[in-house]
Amino acid sequence: KEITVREALNSALDEEMSADPSVFLMGEEVGEYQGAYKISKGLLDKYGPDRVLDTPITEAGFTGIGVGAAYHGLRPIVEFMTFNFSMQAIDHIINSAAKSNYMSSGQISVPIVFRGPNGAAAGVGAQHSQCYAAWYAHVPGLKVLAPYSAEDARGLLKAAIRDPDPVVFLENELLYGESFPVSAEALDSSFCLPIGKAKIERQGKDVTITAFSKMVGYALQAADILAKEGISAEVINLRSIRPLDRAAINASVRKTTRLVTVEEGFPQHGVGAEICMAVVEDSFEYLDAPVERIAGADVPMPYAANLERMAVPQVEDIVRAAKRACYRAVPMAATA
Amino acid sequence: DSTASLTIETSVPFTAHLVDPPSRDVTTSPAELMTFFRDMSVMRRMEIAADSLYKAKLIRGFCHLYDGQEAVAVGMEAAITRNDSIITAYRDHCIYLARGGDLVSAFAELMGREAGCSRGKGGSMHFYKKDANFYGGHGIVGAQVPLGCGLAFAQKYKKEDTATFALYGDGAANQGQLFEALNISALWKLPAILVCENNHYGMGTAEWRAAKSPAYYKRGDYVPGLKVDGMDVLAVKQACKFAKDHAVANGPIVLEMDTYRYHGHSMSDPGSTYRTRDEISGVRQERDPIERVRKLIYAYDLATAAELKDMEKEIRKDVDAAIAKAKESSMPDTSELFTNVYKKGFGVESFGPDRKEMRATLP
Repeated sequence: KEITVREALNSALDEEMSADPSVFLMGEEVGEYQGAYKISKGLLDKYGPDRVLDTPITEAGFTGIGVGAAYHGLRPIVEFMTFNFSMQAIDHIINSAAKSNYMSSGQISVPIVFRGPNGAAAGVGAQHSQCYAAWYAHVPGLKVLAPYSAEDARGLLKAAIRDPDPVVFLENELLYGESFPVSAEALDSSFCLPIGKAKIERQGKDVTITAFSKMVGYALQAADILAKEGISAEVINLRSIRPLDRAAINASVRKTTRLVTVEEGFPQHGVGAEICMAVVEDSFEYLDAPVERIAGADVPMPYAANLERMAVPQVEDIVRAAKRACYRAVPMAATA
Repeated sequence: DSTASLTIETSVPFTAHLVDPPSRDVTTSPAELMTFFRDMSVMRRMEIAADSLYKAKLIRGFCHLYDGQEAVAVGMEAAITRNDSIITAYRDHCIYLARGGDLVSAFAELMGREAGCSRGKGGSMHFYKKDANFYGGHGIVGAQVPLGCGLAFAQKYKKEDTATFALYGDGAANQGQLFEALNISALWKLPAILVCENNHYGMGTAEWRAAKSPAYYKRGDYVPGLKVDGMDVLAVKQACKFAKDHAVANGPIVLEMDTYRYHGHSMSDPGSTYRTRDEISGVRQERDPIERVRKLIYAYDLATAAELKDMEKEIRKDVDAAIAKAKESSMPDTSELFTNVYKKGFGVESFGPDRKEMRATLP
């Protein structure tokens, strides 16, 4: 059976709200509008306005209210229409949610999920196209998840809602409509994925490619192309950005001896930089080539279609980097 | 009879916005007045002692003292139960005491010891007492107000018939997120009481230099408000009881407590560059919350001057003994560095500055 990522997220919300009356959903347009991206479709009808709450467009206020509700034992799911707007509320995510359990020595735990689409959409310009994975993954006290497939979306969102700590759950608008095959097990209401564990999406032996969210799909396409040229790529779907599955990444790199990191976000101080360091720290002596990084261009996102395409990683970028790592590419002179 | 009913008029009338104010006649008892005197005196003594400990370098970092404002903490507590919630900013030591916290865990926290109320990991600005619904202890000006409205949301969601008192200063009263949270609280009729402790200075900025309208009880616009003499513990009690009933039935209300801090904003502020010494001594002489209750005790013949002096001596001894006991507590165990980062850490490895030297498994 196949379902879309949207259906996967919607069913995960539905099942967890049904299982636990302390779970509620709040955010802009989650109720009567049925969700800006229809993720919460039908939930207002089913659970009523006490548990599905349309908020004004005031992120600092409603995010603070969500965190306060979690202090007092509820399990809020705060939807950001996109993570770009979470910047209005980042103080509550970091200072009010992530640090309270530590500062109170375990008295005040914060079981909350902050979720919504993250990263570049299409043609929406600089202020609506940014990846926040590195931003939130920087912070101890937060857990940061980024699903790729429908199974990821279901299993990780259910895990996030059940988790006793604050979870930042980074979805991708361009994946909402994509369909993926799902097992019967993944459709069961008890299904849940472990937080902090990566998934080997494709086994390989020559080069490791790490990716998360939409870029997992690109990495898999790149692996198909590479296979035709005799390069066997192992694709790791990170799933969890924090905790980062250092063990899975290092085990793969020790096998393949080569690494390409892929992310949509800005390169500087990004997820790829952290992964590279994790490998340098634990598996330096296994590396047979410099680590390669594919990331978004180091510029605010442009609007024009041709420039936007240049600013976002493409499959051919991943293929090229993998070949470089395998010493199969003609070295390119720096251009532009 | 210490439980006999007494009716005492508040110092000044309440000033109300969009609501009929409560009566100026406050019901109390001899026992309650003696408790008010004692509780406020303990707070006063604790803060004076904290000042000394800070100057002796036993307290580190920031330290914001509450002396002068004691009537707000004590009057509020007298009006509500421990099922109601309180959340405040960083001037939090006395709210912790009011919620039933003890002197030893307060001093131990100030000195960063394991017997502290946050086991030494919070510090002066991060006291909590969850079992008494005290939710801290917040360091970012204004952030505690939406959090408090969230507590109120949870109370309503769970149908508790309780309310939350979210305290903030006149400085925080201008924060945008306060208005965002108030708007939502009014839309959703949350049992939230926004308590503006107007001590007239946001750090060193006089209220009129920061607020176009310093009538904070009216700043909720469509939300009712009440201006209260925050130096009169009976007025505070009356207002908080009124506000709780209002909030549970109708939704949010703003209380402006007209109060005063004798200390500077924090220990690095002598508190004398932006206000005159005459102003401070004037408030001490005319409006001090403890002296007001002392006079009432004399007026109703509840205790003699000598008896109150003895009580104050005993409080002084209690505070000194608590400090001595707190000093006996050791610093937190080094293993505590990596505890409580998460409630559920999945056994993930975490690292210190040099990962080869310091690492731990998160519980």
